Amino acid sequence: MPSADLGAVAGSLRRLGGLVTDHLERLGYSARFFVAVVANTPAAFRRLHLTLREIYFSGVLSLVIILISGLFVGMVLALQGFDVLQRYGADQSLGVLVALSLVRELGPVVAGLLFASRAGSAITAEIGLMKATEQLAAMEMMAVDPLARVVTPRFWGGVISMPLLAALFSTLGVFGAYIVGVRLIGIDAGAFWGNMQSAVDFQKDVLNGVIKSVVFGVAVSLIAVFEGYNAKPTAEGVSSATTRTVVLSSLAILALDFVLTVFMFRGVA
Amino acid sequence: MSRSMLDLWVGFFVAIGIAAILFLALKVGNLVSFGATPGYRLEAAFDNIGGLKLRAPVKAAGVVVGRVERIRFDTKTYQAVVTMKIDEGNKFTADTIASVLTSGLLGEVYVGLDVGGDTKMLDDGARIGKTQSAVVLEKLIGQFLFDKAAAGAGK
Repeated sequence: MPSADLGAVAGSLRRLGGLVTDHLERLGYSARFFVAVVANTPAAFRRLHLTLREIYFSGVLSLVIILISGLFVGMVLALQGFDVLQRYGADQSLGVLVALSLVRELGPVVAGLLFASRAGSAITAEIGLMKATEQLAAMEMMAVDPLARVVTPRFWGGVISMPLLAALFSTLGVFGAYIVGVRLIGIDAGAFWGNMQSAVDFQKDVLNGVIKSVVFGVAVSLIAVFEGYNAKPTAEGVSSATTRTVVLSSLAILALDFVLTVFMFRGVA
Repeated sequence: MSRSMLDLWVGFFVAIGIAAILFLALKVGNLVSFGATPGYRLEAAFDNIGGLKLRAPVKAAGVVVGRVERIRFDTKTYQAVVTMKIDEGNKFTADTIASVLTSGLLGEVYVGLDVGGDTKMLDDGARIGKTQSAVVLEKLIGQFLFDKAAAGAGK
């Protein structure tokens, strides 16, 4: 084999190895970062107003998009579900279909995706810009730990907001399905609620949905603060970090959703 | 934005978020049934209730008049005793027949009440005397095959 070909093979192998070790290093660093954030939690909670402010920015300001999306997702689910269910004469089960899909999957997942693009990107951009304008370095100069002052409140703000937003999404979705199914199409209201209540289990469905949304909240918030804190301190760096937050968060939500679903609903019809 | 205004918004957000979780738990998941409508209870014993479930509708002439509240197995008679909650204002004669029916082939299972001609009415807690069990499809098919075979042998 000519040595030029061998060199090319070795080069690509080296690049592949470098890629793998780079990502592994980043993964390990993010785990260390997560531990540091958790360790800084008591210090951050001593100034509770910082976290409340972040709940306002992540949660309250995401309310409009979450509520409107939830309502429309519920209404569309009702229309599409009714179209299929009525072919089998099972249109009475519309409430079950809508409630189960929202509470188990769509609520946590879609609310998580919206949260990642609405709040996660904003967190990354804010922290990244603070880094680029050397505000974080200035804090360190004043003996203020930016992890406790900037990063941890944003992390917990996201973690607290996420399950509440997911629950609101599901609630508005059920309400939207009620409007379309009962008010517009004319399914019996008693059958809509009654079938829903007999099919939806509190622990198996509602609680598992809440657990999912908490996990997604941790994942999205961690990715957002991590990418922001480790962004290249340039305009380009901040913009690529923001993009990475949205992409990574969305992928993390969908992958985690599969893993959690396997654990939660394995063997459950 | 002032801090008190911000606290107010966060408080509002957390409050409606928790209200949403409660709504999912109570109204959707039916952890505790609330908004109980006034009504009275009737009992009926069936040999076989098929796929009857809790909160299944009770229908008279196709109209939902109540819901199945409790299903238990009577160890003395070896029958299923179904307790139904009938909405206020619906009265049934003492010779009413209760039957376990299915709406369509795959539809929901419900209890149908057929009113008789008695002048006495059923009171709270009364037992419906005449009942008709659910039709179990497997038994029906078995019966059909057995009858066919018997008819073939008789020729």
